This record gives sequence, C-alpha cells and structure tokens, in this order.
Amino acid sequence: MTLRGRVWKFGDNINTDIIIPFRFKSRTNDPYEMAKYCMYGLDPDFHEKIQKGDIMVAGRNFGGGSSREQAPVAIKYCGIAAVVSESFARIFYRNGFAIGLPVMEVPKITKEVEQGEEMEVDLDTWSVKVLRTNKVFEAKKVPEFLANLMKIGGLVEYYKKYQQFPWQTMK
Amino acid sequence: MLSPSQILKDESLTFAEKAISLKTVDGKKLHRVEDIAVVNVDLAMAQDSTGPLAIRVLQDMGINRLWDPKRILIVIDHTYPAADEKVANLHALMRDFSFQHGCVLVEGSISHQHILEEYATPGLMIFGADSHTCQAGCVGAFATGIGSTEIAAVWATGQIWIRVPDSVRINLVGKLQKGVFARDIISHFIGMVGEDGGNYRALEWKGTAVKNLSLSSRACISNSSMECGAKIAVFEPDVLTRQYLSAVRRKPGYEIHAGRIAKYTDEFEIDLDKLEPIVAAPDNVDNVKNIREVEGTPIDQAFVGSSTNGRLEDLQVAAKILKGRKVNPRTRCIITPASRRIYEEAINSGLVDIFLQAGAVFTNATCGACVGTHLGVLGTNEVCISSSTRNYIGRMGSTSAKIYLASPATVAASAIRGEIADPRRYLR
Ligand code: SF4
Repeated sequence: MTLRGRVWKFGDNINTDIIIPFRFKSRTNDPYEMAKYCMYGLDPDFHEKIQKGDIMVAGRNFGGGSSREQAPVAIKYCGIAAVVSESFARIFYRNGFAIGLPVMEVPKITKEVEQGEEMEVDLDTWSVKVLRTNKVFEAKKVPEFLANLMKIGGLVEYYKKYQQFPWQTMK
Repeated sequence: MLSPSQILKDESLTFAEKAISLKTVDGKKLHRVEDIAVVNVDLAMAQDSTGPLAIRVLQDMGINRLWDPKRILIVIDHTYPAADEKVANLHALMRDFSFQHGCVLVEGSISHQHILEEYATPGLMIFGADSHTCQAGCVGAFATGIGSTEIAAVWATGQIWIRVPDSVRINLVGKLQKGVFARDIISHFIGMVGEDGGNYRALEWKGTAVKNLSLSSRACISNSSMECGAKIAVFEPDVLTRQYLSAVRRKPGYEIHAGRIAKYTDEFEIDLDKLEPIVAAPDNVDNVKNIREVEGTPIDQAFVGSSTNGRLEDLQVAAKILKGRKVNPRTRCIITPASRRIYEEAINSGLVDIFLQAGAVFTNATCGACVGTHLGVLGTNEVCISSSTRNYIGRMGSTSAKIYLASPATVAASAIRGEIADPRRYLR
C-alpha cells in the first residue's frame, strides 16, 4: 500500500497548540470543522493550500505537548495522507495509529526532501521514497499489530471489522 | 505465574518495569524495557476537550456497554463553566453520557488535581486522555496520557497496550533557597534535557532532597515532567506519602520501589542549593533563562493557576507576596485555583481577601487562562507571565502573544511590578 504526494516541510518541535489551538478544537466534534484550523499557529490558511494526498515532513518531536487527538484528526481531514518526521512526541504517535493517520519516523529526513516535491510512503515495507533522487529511507519499525492497524485505518475501522481491539488477541 | 511480591522484590527492575508487570493481563512473566505489554487499567479519565471525541468514537464503533463506569472519570474542567453555546453543547454531551452509563462526572476541578485528591494511590494504573495525567506519579502511581480514541477503547474493555519505557533517574540534592520552588526545579530540568529529552521515558525523581518536598511540590514536578515528553514521572512512596494516604483514608496499593541494580538510560543530579528562579521564555518550554536575564520585561497579564501550580501551597506563596501590595495598574493579575476544594480553602483561610485587596481577580476552579479559551485570553502582541504549563504560540490566545512561564512567586512579584521581577526581593 503506497501513498504518493507533494511534500509540505516543517521544522522541529511543531506542537499540538500550533497544529490546532485549543479554542477552536474545544468547540466542535466535527473532524472537517477541526481541519479548517490545521496548522493555524503557523498559517491560518494552510487548509486551503492542501491537495488531497499531500505529505507532511517535519523535524524532531512533531506533535509535542497536549494529548489532543484533534491535532492528527485536523491533519488527516484536511487531506494530508501521512506525516513523516524525524521523531514524534509519544502521544501524537500513538494517536496517529489510533485514528489511522500514517506516521513514520525517519531520522534526518528533512535534509533529503524539498518543499513541494513528490515522495512516497509505503505502508507495507514501512519506508519512504524521494522520487527526485530515487532514494529509499527505512522508517523506524513498529510492532506488527500497529503496522497492521495502520493499514486497516485505525481503531474504529479495526473494531468495526473484528469487533475487538488488536491488543485483545495479543499474548 | 509470578506473585506480586516476587515482582516487587526484584532488584533488577525499574519502577516502570515493576508497575507494568504487576498489572499485565497475562500476569505470567516480567515485562522489561521495550516489551509491549497489555495492562489492566484501574482508572480511565477524559476531560471536556478529549471526552466529547471519545464519546463520538464509541458511537462510531457501535459500543454501548462500558467496562466499569465507576472507574471512568468524566471531567469538565478546561472551559468550566461553559464559555459559549458550542462549548455548552459539548459539555451537555458529556453529562448525558455520564448519566446514561453511570460514569463518575466531575465538574469544576482540574482532572489531575481531582485524581490526586480522590483516587491516586501507589501502584495504581491510571490512563487519562490528557497529557498531564502523569501528575499522579507524585504518589507512586503509574499514570500516563493517551488520546480520545484509545481512552474510548479503555472505557470499552478496561485494557490497553503499553510499551515498557526505559528509565531516567534524577537525583535531587541540597535544599531549595528562599524564593526558589519546585517549579524552578522542573523548569531547570526541562532546560537541561530539552523539550523531547524525556520522550517515551519514565522519570524517577529521587535523591536526598525529595523528603523535603511537599506533596504539592512533587505534584508540580510530576505534572510538568510531561513538558519534556515523559511517559510517567514518579516519586516512590515515602513517609510523607504514607502520612498523606492515611490522612485521607485511602488504602495504599502496591508500594513500588525501583530495584537497587535497575538499569537507567540516563542519570542526572540537580543541586538545589545552587538553583535560582527560572523563567521559560517564549515560545518553547525548554527556552529557559535565569530570572536575571529576563527581569524588567514588561507584562500585560500575570496568571497564577493550572494543574501545575494552582494548589493551595501556590496560592499561599502568591498571597505572601501580594499581601499589603497592589497589582500594577498596567497589569491584570488572575488567580485560578486548581480544584473546588482549593477554592474553598483559599476563601476560608483568608487568601482571597488578600488577592482582592491587591487588585487581583480570583476565579472559579478551572484550567482557564492556561488554554486561552476563557477567563484571561491574550490579545494581539500581549505579554503574559504564567505559572501554567506551556508557552507555545497561540496557547493562551492570540498567536502573536508572548508567554513566560515561572513559579507562582515569580508571577506574583511580576504582577506588582508590571514587569518580570525576582520574587526574592518580595519574600522575607
Ligand atoms: S491546567 Fe492547563 S495543563 Fe493543566 S490540565 Fe488544564 S489545560 Fe492542561
């Protein structure tokens, strides 16, 4: 399963207050409404610039701070297909799997890609490819149940399909 | 099958390894660093900005039976009372859900403070849909934050997966000097390790200085350990913890102490004798400065409150500084207690009179100004000094506003001066 899209590049420490400020996310339960404020802290018009399937690439510690799941939800529903970052803050990373927003940790990736160019994210091999250079970078491996959960599209989809959560069958 | 006492006595295990091994659903083997374990949860909380989404997720999954409503805490704290119609409707959703299922509904106390006042015990396995859930580590609980969808799954099953974190030991030695507080310790530490220095890790706060730290001070440190990404941040139970638990008549759970030969990824020592008041400058929590470097910066608002520093101890030190003085006319000073109980204690002990006479505003218990949604939202280019948790862009209102984070003492001193001020000048 491969996702291809244009790159939006960000620096280090993009926290969840930047991704969606509290005062917007605390007033709605509608993911498309949340998407209107995606990256508001840096660019209030960001959501209008996205083409469906675009990919975010960021430096260290993406998604730090608040546990707000509205952050990955805003990113997903604004049309972003995946976030590739040098590292993620732990709750954001978990939330990515829980809601089915592909999140991949690739060390030093910001040096390898440029704003606006095309890249691919491969959910089978858990790697990314920069089309211009044809270079492939392996993402940090995740346990099989998480990789599988991501392909199914998150916990809601998983539960609908199996009527249980992935860890309920784990030993 | 291992018995709890075998796990508790194992000298090779960290706090996190013991806490997780004690609660795993299989209960047959030890879980060590890097393992993925599935644990039974004792308490599962969500608040008014994560709860509504969790409720929607359960509906999307078609789940209408909960694991154990008495252990599900639904807390309306962030925007309490509702600031507008949209917020009110989400609060109503939470109330309906709680009444329908018989969950524990709490209104108008910050979740983490409420958990500390009513539930936290050593060894308790707490998951909360709020990053600062780790605060309950101050009594030796295993407490950590997750998101809305995962808390919904816990509500449904009482179980969740967790990776056993590696651990970091921080030795506190020496004694805090006048005008220096727990908040300065944790800000100093975050400055040392950086915003992601504790990411995925368990922090064990130890050392000879711990015995002199009050429970509130420990809570401040455990709470704010999240600002470097920590999964949990614990103080092992000691005399003070036991006294507290017996005073509130709460049965202690498993008293977990890390083994003597447990392995740590990192060790740090902080000498409290040398510590001075610290301020985290905009726009990141690890951008820390000695008070001298930022003294004199003009401010528009001073805020004492939040789950980090809205406890009675914090209000008392603010009152000590504000007593008989006036808030600078160019500055507004907002004081917000962390819970209803603290609110009441502040009134009964005369602290509120002091605040009002100084010209400060004393609000109901809520997260309030910490999250920039009511009771002290910052306008364009405004500057605030705050005892709350984060100084990120847009955190307290306008994205052009600037936030400095400091101890309640530094905030109160700054309120009087109308600019960032050293609290040591105001404490005798
Ligand atoms: S006071 Fe601030 S940091 Fe604490 S729980 Fe509320 S919003 Fe979060």
